[in-house]
Amino acid sequence: MTNIYPLVRNEVLKIWKKKRFFVIVLILAVLIPIFTYAQLRVALNVQKQMGTEDWRIVVQQQIQDYENRVSSPRMQEEWKRWYIVEIQRLQLHLDQNIDPKSPNGVTFTNQFVANSVGLFLPLLVLVIAADLVAGEHSAGTIKLLLTRPIKRWKVLLSKYIALTIYVSITVLLLAAMSYLISGLVFGFNGWMQPVLTGFQVIGSELNINNINIIPQWQFLVMELGLAWFSSLVVACLAMMVSVLVRSIAAGMGIMLATLIAGTILTNMVSSWESAKYFFMVNLQTVSYLSGAVPPIQGLTLSFSLLNLSVWAMISIVISFIVFTKRDILN
Amino acid sequence: MGTKGEVLVLSVKHLKKKISNKWIIKDISFDIYEGQIFGFLGPNGSGKTTTIRMLVDLIRPTEGSIYVCGKNVQTEHDEALKNVGCIVENPELYSYLTGWENLEHFAAMLPNISKQRIQEVVEIVGMDQRIHDKVKTYSLGMRQRLGIAQALLGKPRLLILDEPTNGLDPQGIKELRIFIRNLAKEGLSLFISSHLLSEIQLMCDRVAIIRKGEVISVGNVDELLEQSTSTVLWGISPVEQGKEVLQSFQSIELIQLNDMEIDCSPASQTVATQMNPDEVSKVNEQMVKSGIQVTSIEIKKPSLEDMFLTLTEGEKID
Repeated sequence: MTNIYPLVRNEVLKIWKKKRFFVIVLILAVLIPIFTYAQLRVALNVQKQMGTEDWRIVVQQQIQDYENRVSSPRMQEEWKRWYIVEIQRLQLHLDQNIDPKSPNGVTFTNQFVANSVGLFLPLLVLVIAADLVAGEHSAGTIKLLLTRPIKRWKVLLSKYIALTIYVSITVLLLAAMSYLISGLVFGFNGWMQPVLTGFQVIGSELNINNINIIPQWQFLVMELGLAWFSSLVVACLAMMVSVLVRSIAAGMGIMLATLIAGTILTNMVSSWESAKYFFMVNLQTVSYLSGAVPPIQGLTLSFSLLNLSVWAMISIVISFIVFTKRDILN
Repeated sequence: MGTKGEVLVLSVKHLKKKISNKWIIKDISFDIYEGQIFGFLGPNGSGKTTTIRMLVDLIRPTEGSIYVCGKNVQTEHDEALKNVGCIVENPELYSYLTGWENLEHFAAMLPNISKQRIQEVVEIVGMDQRIHDKVKTYSLGMRQRLGIAQALLGKPRLLILDEPTNGLDPQGIKELRIFIRNLAKEGLSLFISSHLLSEIQLMCDRVAIIRKGEVISVGNVDELLEQSTSTVLWGISPVEQGKEVLQSFQSIELIQLNDMEIDCSPASQTVATQMNPDEVSKVNEQMVKSGIQVTSIEIKKPSLEDMFLTLTEGEKID
């Protein structure tokens, strides 16, 4: 009986030596500066519009405006509470002397992770996952791999573990690189900046049961956790497709089409409720944190997480059954 | 069938495989004993590779069983395959790793392989010079060697080589033949498939010839060869009278040969016969007595190839 550890080491080494991970680093190193520059233009624009006005005065005006709304009798009870918390948040900005509109490394990272989770991050994960089993088939090395005195499920398990390791590193790297690169431009502070979370807009209703103000670092940790989970689910599905079609190109194509279909669906299925069972529309778990309106009514963070878990589990079961039973004919 | 006291290394019993409702392998049985070199011959599409894949558990047999050193390949995968080293089809290794990294990779999948053992197999196949280069820079011959090194890592008792002479130059083939002989002397059993029948004839002790998924002949190479008579080419003139003399012998059969095989005398003056070589002198005497000029007598050694062609005559892929 061979230990699983040397197998995992083999797989990690192969991904590394195949320079798949360098591709990811390269993509990030090229794209993040571009996004940073775009963000910089936005910031400059905002500054231009604001003129020389002191941000403290703007925020105070906003607080005043919100307070007026809260005292209005036509205001719904939930919204009233939301505005009260929002006023608290703005007040915290004033107390800590942080301009809520000024970008910094941490805000940029937060936004970048939130925008990456639906498509960008899954694509990076695909670079590694699509190749893991299909690559062995197309190179013919699968024959050597499966004729060792090691059961097939162990071989596949080692690939899953290696994949998990790389997905984790990819998510962390994305955050680290975007913090470091944008930090050079916007400054490295912003960890303690207050962020509003735990509320959700459902139709015209506002759910504020868990509304809370947390420091931005905590928000980032939560965000990264969710992004990691979404990426892992995409990785599992890509693995299954890779096991089933045994071709890198076909596997990539199928996964790309599915993911892009997800982003298209997100924009048009607001009235088709059962579309919420597709995994693609559930990937953007991060948006729940900042209270964005879900693409389909009835989507909640827990629903999405459960849905993604079920998809991942099914894909893992199918992968293992097919991988251990199938005849290697080519 | 082996001699008494020999250790059975591979035992294949009534192997059958059906792929999409077609029997690819109909009924294959054979045994390989310790230190034996077993040749596995068949034309393309006869089921050689399918059989090999079943031997190493890449394909599950529909019926029948395979035992390596008494362990069932299907139900005792780890225990059985511990004793097997193999190259299925081409020696496909990780081209983006070095030779050494490839060996380390496969060593990690076997129990207790030390660095010394890796160094040992590198020396056995004579790859010390290039072992730290990327495999993608290797020639086919070097990949073949690295493939064998990989197969030998776990000190297997059975080595399965699928078309090992593929892509090797004559020098490489000769080296491989000597190499294989040496391995067998050390007690390793080898299973070698090939369509280069003359090579198998030089390399193997026993041979199984398969056609359309069935074994049509199994035996020691010598025994199989003895069963057939030799082809004797007579360069005679005048040809017609000579033929009459030949036909007067009961044991001689005139056969048609294609021009390719006649390389010593003009085709028009050559008559091919199927006969026992011992009778040549007697026939020659009769020729001379009848006033027929004998310009050449060529005895063609029966090759496994001829026998193979005879056995698989009329083969068509359907």
